[in-house]
Amino acid sequence: MTRTLAPRTFNFSRIAIYATLLLACALYLIPLIVMLLTSFKSPDDIRTGNLLSWPEVITGIGWIKAWDTVGGYFWNSVKITIPAVLISTLLGALNGYVLSMWRFRGSQLFFGLLLFGCFLPFQTVLLPASFTLGKLGLASTTTGLVLVHIVYGLAFTTLFFRNYYCSVPDALVRAARLDGAGFFTIFGRILLPMSVPIIMVCLIWQFTQIWNDFLFGVVFASGDAQPITVALNNLVNTSTGVKEYNVDMAAAMIAGLPTLLVYVLAGKYFLRGLTAGAVKG
Amino acid sequence: MATLELRNVNKTYGSGLPDTLKHIDLSIDSGEFLILVGPSGCGKSTLMNCIAGLEQISGGAILVDAADISGMSPKDRDIAMVFQSYALYPTMNVRDNIAFGLKMRKMPAAAIDEEVARVAKLLQIEHLLTRKPGQLSGGQQQRVAMGRALARRPKIYLFDEPLSNLDAKLRVEMRTEIKLMHQRLKTTTVYVTHDQIEAMTLGDKVAVMKDGLIQQFGTPQQIYNDPANLFVASFIGSPPMNFIPLRLQRKDGRLHALLDSGQARCELPLGISDAGLEEREVILGIRPEQIALAPAQANGLPSIRAEVQITEPTGPDLLVFVTLNQTKVCCRLAPDVATQVGDTLTLQFDPARVLLFDAASGERLGINVTPRQIGTDNVAQFKGR
Repeated sequence: MTRTLAPRTFNFSRIAIYATLLLACALYLIPLIVMLLTSFKSPDDIRTGNLLSWPEVITGIGWIKAWDTVGGYFWNSVKITIPAVLISTLLGALNGYVLSMWRFRGSQLFFGLLLFGCFLPFQTVLLPASFTLGKLGLASTTTGLVLVHIVYGLAFTTLFFRNYYCSVPDALVRAARLDGAGFFTIFGRILLPMSVPIIMVCLIWQFTQIWNDFLFGVVFASGDAQPITVALNNLVNTSTGVKEYNVDMAAAMIAGLPTLLVYVLAGKYFLRGLTAGAVKG
Repeated sequence: MATLELRNVNKTYGSGLPDTLKHIDLSIDSGEFLILVGPSGCGKSTLMNCIAGLEQISGGAILVDAADISGMSPKDRDIAMVFQSYALYPTMNVRDNIAFGLKMRKMPAAAIDEEVARVAKLLQIEHLLTRKPGQLSGGQQQRVAMGRALARRPKIYLFDEPLSNLDAKLRVEMRTEIKLMHQRLKTTTVYVTHDQIEAMTLGDKVAVMKDGLIQQFGTPQQIYNDPANLFVASFIGSPPMNFIPLRLQRKDGRLHALLDSGQARCELPLGISDAGLEEREVILGIRPEQIALAPAQANGLPSIRAEVQITEPTGPDLLVFVTLNQTKVCCRLAPDVATQVGDTLTLQFDPARVLLFDAASGERLGINVTPRQIGTDNVAQFKGR
């Protein structure tokens, strides 16, 4: 005698729920679908068919041309993003470690001031940053752009790590000190191994921020060193010749894929990290 | 194996703030078990952190084997500590937790393995060595935390309320184990607790603390039988000592305490003749187990009839509450005493065992007072400020 606990009756409220969810899902996915479909169409196909029609012939021509145009800039973005993400995350972890476990006189004030960095709009730091880069001799270099991203990202990464480490009992640090471990040993051997969830959060956050950044890229990088976001803009905004929507769409997909990939790979840590400590156990 | 001596240790967190520790003076011999006991906020954990070197003292000196260690960093002091929260490294397994301190001290790998094996055997945690702390029960975590301290073979062990996170049954078991461990290893130990049972059962010496001051320092028996002041008397003992406010009267050249149960009165002769105490407001302290039923035949001890107001059978004892001088007084009687609320019992106590305290200052007065080893002057000094 087996009976399901909740008999499956298709009542009105259930239908309404699914309908709403499907509608929301479709609305959310339509731009992506349009982009994907268009990127695989031929220019003629785009002119004759409508936005959501299936390509008459699936062609990779748009993708090849897009990669030829923005591919180099894709690697620029990689070269900017990876060091900027890694260094800002590591420094944020160190900052968070000091601000939670080795508090000094005025450390709370220091942290409070650092938090201002989270609220500063990009535009306000453009002039001071370019002035500083000029003084450092890093104007219009990839290193300079990486430096700007690191400094701007530190406020966020420090906030993440500091709050995460505040929930770590400081008896751990005291025990390690009695065991004979020094400042960096405690950080590297005890705290960093515990930090996987928040490291993931930080990596995703910083990767998304830096990869998607346009403003710093357009201001602080020039010519062949520009990131893919700037290249994409240049490609899409060209006013000469026929608009090649398939190339535009493919280039936009190329620009967006890495962040998508990072979310797929590390997304579960992101959710776990953001809700960490919310529920006991 | 080392002696530990604290000389006039002071700790303050900044000028203008009250001192957290005031003139702490005590010393213990090699292999002794010292208990620091007191209510929350009395400074006992701060004192322990100062001994460990996790906090700097503001004045005085801490000596281990007669060498001043107060300027040394924690790792150079050769002191191991067991924390209340155990503070096990969550990403390391039990073996690595125990070995961490040895690795930090650059011990060769073979010697580390040997030492971990020795400690694991001692604490019977051999089967847990590959587990992470999160996979252990509270009692097992406690053992690992002790193992981590034992592996280093330090001069001094510090225990910071190690049993307070365990359930009642496990706490009693681990208490016995800690005592057993200390009897075998004979390492000098400082143990912080707010539990007076732990203080009485584990310690060779007990320092009762309050407000950053040592109220009394002595053996558990001295603390129990011969408390230096009202605070120590009330803190140690369960059920607590009875405190009966009264006025001393002179009769036949001796001082008497007048007790009144509402039904009867009793003049309790006290073995003091100090004229200064006459007509003074004092507090008479008597432990519940020192109040007994008067035998059928008079034995010469003063007795008083009193009405039973509450009875609390605890199993081994029957606690009976009566009223003397408008104060509720607990008497610890044998469990087979047949009595009910409303009955009248004849109670008696030995006047030689009662304690007197000054009502205003809380200090011990008159009879049975043996001078405190340490601290009286400090209290006076502190009060004077």
